[in-house]
Amino acid sequence: MSTYTLNINGKTQAVDVEPDTPLLWALRDTLGMVGTKYGCGLGQCGACTVHLDGVPTRSCVLPVSSLGKQKITTIEGIGAKAQHPLQQAWQELDVPQCGYCQAGQIMTACHLLKQHPKPSDAQIDEAMAGNLCRCATYTRIRAGIHRAAEIAATGKGKK
Amino acid sequence: MKHAAPVSSSRRGFLRATSAGAAFMLGMSAEGVLAAATTMSGGPDFVPNAFIRIGRDGRVTLISKQPEIGQGIKTSLPMVIAEQLEVPWRDVRIVQADLDTARYGPQGAGGSTSTPTNYENFHRLGAAARMMLVQAAAESWGVPVAECAADKGAVDHAASKRRLTYGALVERASKLPVPEASLVVLKDPSTYTLLGTRVGGVDNAAIVSGQPLFGIDVRLPGMLYAVYAKCPVFGGKPVSANLDAIKAMPGVKDAFIVAGTPNLNGLRPGVAIVATSTWNAIRARRALEVQWDEGDGAGHSWADFTAQARAAASKPGATSVRKDGDVAGALSKSAKVVEAAYSYPFISHASMEPQNCSAWFRPDGTLELWAPTQNPGSGQALVTSTFGIPKEKIQLHIIRSGGGFGRRLSSDFIVEAAAIAQKVAAPVKLTWTREDDLQHDHFRPGGFHFLRGGVDAQGKAVAWRNHFVTFANRVEREGKSVLAPGSGGNLSGDEFPGRWLDNCELEQTALECRVPMGPWRAPGSCVFAWVFHSFIDELAHAGERDPLEFRMELLGNRDIVPGTGERGQPYSVARMKKVLSVAAEQAGWGKKKFARGQGQGIAFHFSHRGYVAQVAEVTVSKDGKLKVDRVVVATDIGSQIVNLSGAENQVEGSVIDGLSTMMYPALDIEKGRIVQSNFHDYPLLRMPDTPAKIEMHFVKSDYPVTGLGEPALPPLAPAVCNAIFAATGKRVRELPLSKVDLSWS
Repeated sequence: MSTYTLNINGKTQAVDVEPDTPLLWALRDTLGMVGTKYGCGLGQCGACTVHLDGVPTRSCVLPVSSLGKQKITTIEGIGAKAQHPLQQAWQELDVPQCGYCQAGQIMTACHLLKQHPKPSDAQIDEAMAGNLCRCATYTRIRAGIHRAAEIAATGKGKK
Repeated sequence: MKHAAPVSSSRRGFLRATSAGAAFMLGMSAEGVLAAATTMSGGPDFVPNAFIRIGRDGRVTLISKQPEIGQGIKTSLPMVIAEQLEVPWRDVRIVQADLDTARYGPQGAGGSTSTPTNYENFHRLGAAARMMLVQAAAESWGVPVAECAADKGAVDHAASKRRLTYGALVERASKLPVPEASLVVLKDPSTYTLLGTRVGGVDNAAIVSGQPLFGIDVRLPGMLYAVYAKCPVFGGKPVSANLDAIKAMPGVKDAFIVAGTPNLNGLRPGVAIVATSTWNAIRARRALEVQWDEGDGAGHSWADFTAQARAAASKPGATSVRKDGDVAGALSKSAKVVEAAYSYPFISHASMEPQNCSAWFRPDGTLELWAPTQNPGSGQALVTSTFGIPKEKIQLHIIRSGGGFGRRLSSDFIVEAAAIAQKVAAPVKLTWTREDDLQHDHFRPGGFHFLRGGVDAQGKAVAWRNHFVTFANRVEREGKSVLAPGSGGNLSGDEFPGRWLDNCELEQTALECRVPMGPWRAPGSCVFAWVFHSFIDELAHAGERDPLEFRMELLGNRDIVPGTGERGQPYSVARMKKVLSVAAEQAGWGKKKFARGQGQGIAFHFSHRGYVAQVAEVTVSKDGKLKVDRVVVATDIGSQIVNLSGAENQVEGSVIDGLSTMMYPALDIEKGRIVQSNFHDYPLLRMPDTPAKIEMHFVKSDYPVTGLGEPALPPLAPAVCNAIFAATGKRVRELPLSKVDLSWS
């Protein structure tokens, strides 16, 4: 076991784990940050998506020992009070069904909006293709991203 | 959303507010939370029944008794109470109930039954409480009840312009008798302000901010983490394993063989590994070497099943499930006879949250369970029958599930967690890996249909014969060994067009297998609708008829067609014709011109008390790539949509789930094992394949309100396949579609 110092959501956190431990399990079991979800363990479904220096990354296949000083952002770090434009839009449009994949969807969408503040449907389809939703909330995710772009641009969400 | 979410949608927010043990995040019982609430609000609450609690501070807490699996029941059923209780939705707090059927009544979520079995009663519960509050206000003012009215969490006396909040009425209302059911006055539906509007899910804020919510998120003090390896061949069991080597691995606390039982739906034998983290358990699992006794399931293969089915097709079916008229005679006189074989594979449920369960077995013999389950009562009963732990010593917390689709009606993961917990002196969370989840499901059975049908010279359907070859497990029932077809693998004689055609023969042959099977969203209907509405389309085409007109003629002019079999349901022809005509009209059926490679298809199905018709519009490129451009859905689930947003979510989800399931997933079986293991070889639909437009129309009818978790799924596959035929002339008779060549020239 070794101690790894991680920069998570702007805070420095030490975890004592085996070097091969994926970030996903360090977050969930060691640090108790369970917003990041286990879906496949193979980087296939996107439920475990976090940002590494702002870039969406699959935490289920990312050994803690491979991390340096990169800034890790999890769903808990983008808006604990659910006020990020994506979080607002998701609630306004009632996007979730079971909700299990939505943290990963939001993390991926967050990066898309940074690259394309006003994305087209085609850009959304391309960016979001790595995130599975078994309840098939895809039409509302699309609408939610458009709405979040609008909220971000105008600063106005519905209460 | 028109209505904001309730202030605090879960017990967690409340626990934070009361600083009552953060370690127990998801660990406290609903009643514990409510008792704590009572002490906070300055005296006993008004508790007119098990589902409503109003504090002296005016706080309204409603209990959600059903498991939430993404179907939205935790939002919709409390809405019914809130409507009758006249409380603003934003002021309501929802708490998930634990399993306690004596207190709450049945608590299973399956078969789209949560709404129809609770809807009327929930109206009465809310209305009775409202009447008591109104009476309390009237008594305190000394005015007639008829002069008082409930409004937004308070009671008004308009004549004197006085108003008392519910909180102020708690003491007096608590002393009043609960009115008899026959005296409860319900609101006129035309005055509803909440039901029928779009309301966001009560857990949405927690979902989008990553708060602990799901079974897999449960954390308990000193918790250990387990994985459980089962024989890859169904019915097999472990003989020995390298347990000493496993126990020496990092973080591993224990490893042991669980003998299990022969029941495919019970505790299957396996090897448990318990560790200090999920990953430590998974790592050890990868080093696990087990000598398995594979049993006689090792001979199974999909290729062999297919050969057996084809051989069965040339013989009469083992059982007759319907025999009306003279099919052979009618076929011999038909102007045209169509013969076709349809087949579909075994598939998995693949909920995004893999199966898991937390369990804590204490020295006093009590067992506490935290289960993301659709079927908590059945899970508790299985634990009792397997280990002899009496019901009263088992406490089961119903935790939100990351998808259900019928998978969590089976309780294998609960009984496995209970088995492991009894060997571990700490709370333990069992997590299935994705591979476990995909390969040890209770699968939707595959099936084969061998059909013959005839139309007369006017192109009217006159005869229908189907020999359905399905799968069955051998089980003990009342001391006898019998073959039980898998859930959804048993054809009812009442499946349309049975009951409609004078000449109709339905036969069934079950192939014995060890593959565990279970209900998969709209069991039976999810595949029968595809087969039968595709074949109806074939007959329409043979008769040179318009597919809609052919169906309308087939449905005929009877009003209610009674059920005939043991599972028979009365079928309203009028309701089905109405949704069919609405879907056709909204889609512009028969009025649009399509270029080659494009077309429309239509289908309808009655399942789980719901009437649904769909029209799909597709484009198939010359090289055979399918794009679903538009789906129009007309749905009749009775007189009232409870939560319009939730209903739309269920319809959209069902349409896309239906499309996903017909396009991609298939399980191969070789040497008794499932070949596929994860999402790389078991693909599901992703966003780029999502239809651009799904248009939903809810047809209100004067019938009881029914559920929507399932009925909108079955018609999708035949509507799309019939559209593919219209576009290309290619008839899809085998699923998944990704294996079918749709190219045209």
